[in-house]
Amino acid sequence: MKNNITQVTLKNGMKVMLKEIHTAPIISSWIWYKVGSRDEPTGKTGISHWTEHMMFKGTKTFPNGVLDKAISRDGGRWNAATSRDSTRYFETMPADKIDLALRLEADRMQNTVFTEKEVASERTVIISEREGSENEPTFLLGEAVQHAAFRVHPYHHEIIGDKADLLTITRDDLYNHYKTYYVPNNAVLCLAGDFDTKAMLKRIKALYEKIPKGKTPPRIVRPEPPQKGEVRLSVEGPGETAFTQIAYHVTNATHPDYFALDVLVSLLNGSSGLSYKTARLYRALVDKELAVDVYGWFESTIDPTLYRITITHRPDKTPEQALAVFDDEIKKIQNELITDEEITRAVKQAKAVFAYGSENITHQAFWMGYTSMFADYSWYVNYVKNLAKVTPQDVQRVAQEYLQPSNRVVGVYIPKGRG
Amino acid sequence: MAKANYKPTKSSYPSAEDVTQVKLSNGITVLARSNFNSPSIAIGGYLPAGAIFESDEKLGLADFVSSALMRGTQTRTFDQIYNELESVGANMGFDSGVHNVNFGGRALAEDLPLILELLADSLQTPTFPKDEIERLRAQLLTGLALRAQDTAEMASLIFDQALYENHPYGRPNEGFVETVQSITREDLENFHRFCFGPRGMVIAIVGAIQPKQAVEAVEKFFGAWQVQGQKEAQSLPAVHPITKTVKRHHTIEEKSQSDLVIGTLAPTRKSEDYMAASLGNSVLGQFGMMGRIGNVVREKSGLAYYAYSSLNSGIGPGSWEVSAGVNPKNLNKAIDLIEKELKKFVKQGVTKNELADSQANYIGRLPLSLESNQGVVSAILNIYRYDLGMDYYQRYESLVRSVTRDDVVETARKYINPDKLVIATAGP
Repeated sequence: MKNNITQVTLKNGMKVMLKEIHTAPIISSWIWYKVGSRDEPTGKTGISHWTEHMMFKGTKTFPNGVLDKAISRDGGRWNAATSRDSTRYFETMPADKIDLALRLEADRMQNTVFTEKEVASERTVIISEREGSENEPTFLLGEAVQHAAFRVHPYHHEIIGDKADLLTITRDDLYNHYKTYYVPNNAVLCLAGDFDTKAMLKRIKALYEKIPKGKTPPRIVRPEPPQKGEVRLSVEGPGETAFTQIAYHVTNATHPDYFALDVLVSLLNGSSGLSYKTARLYRALVDKELAVDVYGWFESTIDPTLYRITITHRPDKTPEQALAVFDDEIKKIQNELITDEEITRAVKQAKAVFAYGSENITHQAFWMGYTSMFADYSWYVNYVKNLAKVTPQDVQRVAQEYLQPSNRVVGVYIPKGRG
Repeated sequence: MAKANYKPTKSSYPSAEDVTQVKLSNGITVLARSNFNSPSIAIGGYLPAGAIFESDEKLGLADFVSSALMRGTQTRTFDQIYNELESVGANMGFDSGVHNVNFGGRALAEDLPLILELLADSLQTPTFPKDEIERLRAQLLTGLALRAQDTAEMASLIFDQALYENHPYGRPNEGFVETVQSITREDLENFHRFCFGPRGMVIAIVGAIQPKQAVEAVEKFFGAWQVQGQKEAQSLPAVHPITKTVKRHHTIEEKSQSDLVIGTLAPTRKSEDYMAASLGNSVLGQFGMMGRIGNVVREKSGLAYYAYSSLNSGIGPGSWEVSAGVNPKNLNKAIDLIEKELKKFVKQGVTKNELADSQANYIGRLPLSLESNQGVVSAILNIYRYDLGMDYYQRYESLVRSVTRDDVVETARKYINPDKLVIATAGP
């Protein structure tokens, strides 16, 4: 046992992570598959997310309409999500009911039914999900920026997929995708909560070790070449409010620069999970009345990702005026060393956010699996320590290296209703 | 298998024994409960200074005031307030409803005094600095411009207007562009002076602190707060029953999805009908993957990504709503399906198994909803607000189990008449 967790690899290659927490009579179980929108070739975009939806269509043992009722009847909570790098399913249950979740996930890893009828009805549900997103200006803008930033790497398309593909993906496409990626050697099962590790491991082995190992699933590797020069684009649509999104290419989560970038982003945009009204960009743009809001973040991913900043413009100022002030702030952090206190502050913020997370067992189980999709659990355990090691010089260096105009895409949403 | 290291007994839920309840001499009620599993604390509460006090001409005033409380006080600027909070990774904020201004926050336990001090400062001595107010106004107006483009928000807004005609519940708390533009700094000051005060205020603190210390800390920062002439809200006027189905549509061009809200009035939270209505609603549009509504509109017909029903019961007459987001060309089809389900629900009620499933869900999910400090804060605030009794969670299981199929169908018939609905839609 290391870091209070037990990690085991079953004979069929499935990874298991267990963390006992006895603060409440709850267990949260997460199963993660190493497949996401990055594994989709052109013509099949959105297939990972659609497969995730199909996983709720039932098996012979748990037919459609039985699964969800069984979980709800026991007072459980369950859901699933698809990201660029992975797909995850979770159930959080009263501790004495967790066996249902374990049996269910073992079953649907192998036996999910993909009927033509269910595929047809889910096709329109997913198209409806996409149409709901298309109602949002920031979705339309974000999609255009993402696409412009990744010409080669499969991070270029949205997780939901392009409508052209959502109209043409077939039942067999989905079933093949499922059979290729939903194998135990491509899965990580994580449980946190009120159990005894030895007994739990025994039960997991009984349910999962007999599932045959599959072929190692392929992953698409198409590194994005360095961007040569700033890209600018615009999207037009209804409304009165203009938005700008600025996206810089930054590193993946295991890169040595990651933590310095994390401090940099927390200074510019605030720490994740907290308000950001004293962040540098908020002070420069909102307090100075050039915008009504500015927020930014970057994801932790396997391959280099984007640091994205979204500005909501005021009707009395142009996007160009706001961008000029934005650029001045970037120059400032490139030219002037930050203080040690600013780093101490970022560390304290991270500590508080970790403490809030520890109130919640679902959250703790999530982090075990999440980090193992792009690094390993020690990444999470050492997070605060690594943040504290960052120096002002590190922050200045990464600001100078990554926050260059030639390394960014600037997209503007132009509302047609204005004027 | 899941070894019972921790027996899920009733005593792990909040009860009269472990929730401290104290009323300060100025009228503030303090609720406190310990949880030392994590080094953090959560706070929450409210005071009766909601939109019910504002006129139609100044709609959005209570919301404006609550948003402005942290924009500057007698001892701190906007930037200083947020600098103190963000430097220690704490959160705090206000929002407003028809009856109350609500607040909430969380921090490491060591920072509880800081957040109480900032809360006290914001509530007692806000100064509404002119520049900050204009900045905030620009943000509120942008919020309204975005709302005008949001199909779900606009469907909900026109639904409330139709359901609660000439009633405070029919008015949007954020107001309209003209009303927000007309609000002056003096309006904000006056609203604060006459509506904010200790009488009727409730504050709950849950986390890594002894209840006694929590009460002392509130006493320290709020004990001296006195307000002469703190206004009392007028009682709510009666709602007009719906006499025939009302259809309203709000056009928003060029949207790829329309939103719909179909519904009617619902019991208050204190009503004896509440639990039967709530369990009925669970069967109708919550249980599993959004109940019967989800099954018909999403699973069987593939018409929508989301389709569910909700029961909103509070101090005054609540609303019982079915919501969905659909392609504009499927709008009528979805409305027909939902109307059919409502007819079936009222005619046949729920089956024995359906009721048993939802009852099991209500009882089984308690440990999850009471897991975090914030979950416990909102649970004990609800207990207090609706006079449920601090032993509510000890009685909860029998309250849920005592609801019969007859109770559910009678309650459904009492509130839902499928020929007298409000049908609100927004989209192209």
